[in-house]
Amino acid sequence: MQYLCLVYIDEHVFDEMSEREGKQLVNDALDYDDELRRRSHYVTSAALQPVATATTVRVRNGKVSTTDGPFAETKEHLGGFILIEARDLNEAIKAASGIPMARIGSIEVRPVMQIQRTDLGD
Amino acid sequence: MAEDAAEIRQRVEAIYRSDSRRVLATLIRLLGDFELAEEALHDAFAAAADQWARDGMPKNPRAWLVSAGRFKAIDRLRRRARFDASVAELARQYDEVEDGGAGTDESVADDRLRLIFTCCHPALPPDAQIALTLREVCGLTTEEIARAFLVPAPTVAQRIVRAKGKIREARIPYEVPERAALPDRLDIVLHVIYLVFNEGYSASSGASLTRNDLSAEAIRLGRLLAELLPDPEVLGLLALMLLNDSRRVARASPEGDLVLLADQNRSLWDRDEIAEGAALAKKALSSPGFGAYAVQAAIAGVHAHTSDPAATDWTEIAGLYDLLIKADPSPVVELNRAVAIAERDGAEAGLRIIDAILKRGDLAGYHFAHSARAELLRRLGRKAEALTAYERALGIAQQEPERRFLQRRLAELQSQ
Repeated sequence: MQYLCLVYIDEHVFDEMSEREGKQLVNDALDYDDELRRRSHYVTSAALQPVATATTVRVRNGKVSTTDGPFAETKEHLGGFILIEARDLNEAIKAASGIPMARIGSIEVRPVMQIQRTDLGD
Repeated sequence: MAEDAAEIRQRVEAIYRSDSRRVLATLIRLLGDFELAEEALHDAFAAAADQWARDGMPKNPRAWLVSAGRFKAIDRLRRRARFDASVAELARQYDEVEDGGAGTDESVADDRLRLIFTCCHPALPPDAQIALTLREVCGLTTEEIARAFLVPAPTVAQRIVRAKGKIREARIPYEVPERAALPDRLDIVLHVIYLVFNEGYSASSGASLTRNDLSAEAIRLGRLLAELLPDPEVLGLLALMLLNDSRRVARASPEGDLVLLADQNRSLWDRDEIAEGAALAKKALSSPGFGAYAVQAAIAGVHAHTSDPAATDWTEIAGLYDLLIKADPSPVVELNRAVAIAERDGAEAGLRIIDAILKRGDLAGYHFAHSARAELLRRLGRKAEALTAYERALGIAQQEPERRFLQRRLAELQSQ
């Protein structure tokens, strides 16, 4: 079963890091992706650019509205994600707890839902 | 030759009382679904009442019930499958699951442990952990749980439905945690059991001081866990609950008023519970890996073995609190330690600690912090401050017997 690990982080934490610490974190993240591959958990992942680069798009009544910024103003923002394959939630939690960013941010672990088309007869 | 029908029915009922939870735990494992297992359990006992009257008691009733439950569940699924092809696949899968010694003592023990750990999974909200544990492990009805926690029955029902939904959708596995995860997971289970006990031991709001049934349920759970997983903290918790429970009768006056430990009629303490609790505490403390519950049990044990409150060994108790604060550095433990230090070294020493806690901003909303402070101020002759503190405590306390106690203290102090 697939679980999406959403990595939430308060970007101010990066401001307080030295350049070397920041680069170590990136190395650790990539190392862990490899570790997940070895354990047959890894499906795909990506780090995201800082929240300042975010744009939010909504369409209401046929009108497209585009605003600067993330979907919601929160202390922690989405910093990246890892999609994993795991037998059950305990396995997913174990995989998520090894994510280097889990030490400084929060990882939301959510099961992926299988959706199908329905013939609505029109 | 078939035994007398009425006698068989009584035996079925007796087996329901003693074994239905164990059978349920195994059925949940075999069928992988709480709802399906509960229906299967019901069907199995119905079938038992019917067939055992005709054919006599089976050699291994539990194994019979598990088998019957499983087959009934597969039957149900096949009937539903006629309307839903995906269910047919499920039925086929369940049919293939091997019975694997279901009903033997080993698998039954593991299944009940699996059930406890699943109900107390950290991915479930705490109030759902409690409701689910009481429902599935203890067999309490939704109404009984609702009454015990003074929460509407539909709320409890909803918590349970949502919890089962999460178990299903997020795929929380039915398993005992692996060794590395066990200490943290066990902590949650013990916490849930202790919450249930405390809810029964000292109801958080309302008219009656104790709700015995919940405490008894918690102790039963503790015994089960101690049997399946004799970890020192499990023994420590069971010891603590037994030692606290031994004072249940003495804790409340006939009118339902609060009686302090120092004022309790110690001849009303349950000697059997004290003996059992003390033995368990001793065993827990002599094992490596004992923690906060074992130390709390030791403290309760000191009181339990003191027949004259004036002779209480506060030096030993304070020493045990020094140990406890290392295992559990929480403000409440600090407060209880302060009370013990006040007994050993005088009110001033205890008051200093309590003032420091409150100054930090901790325990401001905990009525016992203010009433303990009030008591020490009273002993030091600082009457006005003591009155203010008692009033503060009264403003927070919700439980009737505790409110009456505080009002009495206030009245006594005011009349001096």
